[in-house]
Amino acid sequence: MAQSLADNRPDEGRADARLGTMRLLVGNRVALASGVLILVFLAMGLFAPWLAPHDPNQQHPDAIRAAPAWQSGGNSTFLLGTDGLGRDLLSRIIYGARVSIALGVAVVLLTMVVGSGLGLLAGYFGGWLDGVLSRVVDSLLAFPFLVLALAVMAATGPDLAALVLALAFKGWVDFYRVSRGDALAARQADYVMAARGLGASTPHLLLCEILPNIVPPIIVLAALRMATIIIAEASLSFLGIGVPPSIPAWGTMVADGRADIATAWWIATFPGLAILLLVLSVNLLGEGLRDALDPRMSL
Amino acid sequence: MERPLLEVAGLRTWFDTYRGPLVAADRVSFELRRGETLALVGESGCGKSVTATSIMRLVRRPGLITHGQVFFRGEDLLRLPERAMRRLRGRRMAMVFQDPLSTLNPAFTVGSQITESLRVHGVARGRAARDQAAELLAAMGLPSPRERLRSYPHELSGGMRQRVMIAIAVSCSPELIIADEPTTALDVTLQAQIMELLASIRTKRGLSMILITHDLGLVSRFCDRAAVMYAGRIVEYATVPELLARPLHPYTEGLLKCIPRLGRPDIPVTPIEGAVPDLASPPPACRFAPRCPYVMARCEEREPPDYRLAGGRLARCYLREGESEDALWPPEEGT
Repeated sequence: MAQSLADNRPDEGRADARLGTMRLLVGNRVALASGVLILVFLAMGLFAPWLAPHDPNQQHPDAIRAAPAWQSGGNSTFLLGTDGLGRDLLSRIIYGARVSIALGVAVVLLTMVVGSGLGLLAGYFGGWLDGVLSRVVDSLLAFPFLVLALAVMAATGPDLAALVLALAFKGWVDFYRVSRGDALAARQADYVMAARGLGASTPHLLLCEILPNIVPPIIVLAALRMATIIIAEASLSFLGIGVPPSIPAWGTMVADGRADIATAWWIATFPGLAILLLVLSVNLLGEGLRDALDPRMSL
Repeated sequence: MERPLLEVAGLRTWFDTYRGPLVAADRVSFELRRGETLALVGESGCGKSVTATSIMRLVRRPGLITHGQVFFRGEDLLRLPERAMRRLRGRRMAMVFQDPLSTLNPAFTVGSQITESLRVHGVARGRAARDQAAELLAAMGLPSPRERLRSYPHELSGGMRQRVMIAIAVSCSPELIIADEPTTALDVTLQAQIMELLASIRTKRGLSMILITHDLGLVSRFCDRAAVMYAGRIVEYATVPELLARPLHPYTEGLLKCIPRLGRPDIPVTPIEGAVPDLASPPPACRFAPRCPYVMARCEEREPPDYRLAGGRLARCYLREGESEDALWPPEEGT
């Protein structure tokens, strides 16, 4: 007994902190399921040319508004049916994952880097920089997103780069506010003072002392923002001012099926379901991340 | 005689507040000889910590050092460019703060925070730095130091954290350590251990130390000299035995009377009446006058000078006029 106690070193069984976060996340069943679903969508987007049974833009004049395979009048070559132009819905949904995910990632990355960077600087240095940036943010917050996006897209026409900019134009504000607040708090923290007392320079303080402490909330915010961006892109596409018509996108597909909802429910329903599933799982994963990164839960 | 390691002369630090300038440290002067420990004693808000952060030039806005000199190894720190100052911090002078949990960065392991300081100052890097960090922790009396390097601050106890902080402070072999109430956030039982550790490090490494405290018990056990501060000013400066045997300023006397003595219920504990003055609108002349049991009319007219007394003592009180060899009058108010 005494022997085994002596062998029991205090560190035994204690995993690396990052591993702990992963374990907590995997232990959370909802987050795990969401993560798997997101991976499925990701794989769909990545391997679309191999997964899709048809060319998403190819029209089949002999099978216009074909019902899903299991319904009467269904056709086994078109598993989820076809739309008003006879295009295979399943293939279009698989290709549509590309736009949703790629745009979401691009916009979130862009807004995250810009927003948290500016927030870090404003929070740490304060003064006129903080004053100017915070006023800009306030006025952006007062600006309705849809009007802004409409204006940008109307000026440029449907174009992916313009869409990214329109979505990112306001998106960085949330990252700015979170990182500014945290940087403001961290600037007053004793450990920053202590690090200065040990001879640390300002860039070192910002990047090596403060930034690591504000990363967890930013990661959680990024996951939650991703869901919002996917919805926003789908909304813009639904309004016909989002993704160019040549690229299959879920929002556009829902809009296309809107008129036929009474006679051919599947045209709008399946892409709508895809949006729902992806956004829901991104949101749930974000919440799982929030719980897993909460220091009070990783004791 | 050898020049002292640190000479502070006429240091004045003020804070620009909405209520007007608030002088937190006013014409503070003292010196610290090599190998000695100086105590900065006083109540909360008397300017001890501001004096310490002014020496390190870590005063943050809206704080501003407006007057004085701080000679460290013969160099005036207040005239030094920030780059040069940065090289001194941590390398030649280091600080130990009150609360070790908040002064350790929660996002990094203890090991990376110790090696960080070694790396920043180019003392050691890579494996050598890790070895050195483990040695330091062992020297601080932490069990299984190699494993401890991988711990995060929240996984350690308060005493262990403070040992880590001290390890970081001494990592680059500084000549001066400023310890700002290093044991206030700890249990009383740990207090003695941490102070013994600091004292033994000081002796072993031949460091000089400034100990900021309000605990006269610590002062009597661990310090050579003491500067008693009240409302931003040093009111008495003496060697510790002399100070405790015969306090020359009524404030010091009052502080000593506040300490209860174990097993001596016959000695009454007398608190100092009144409260610490508001620094934004301080008493016009002697700042202790409103609370002083010996107050005279002149105490409220002009601030008393620093009376130089036998044995190199200083006391800022008119009561010492008769014993004084020399008086150092403060400039008239408003200058």
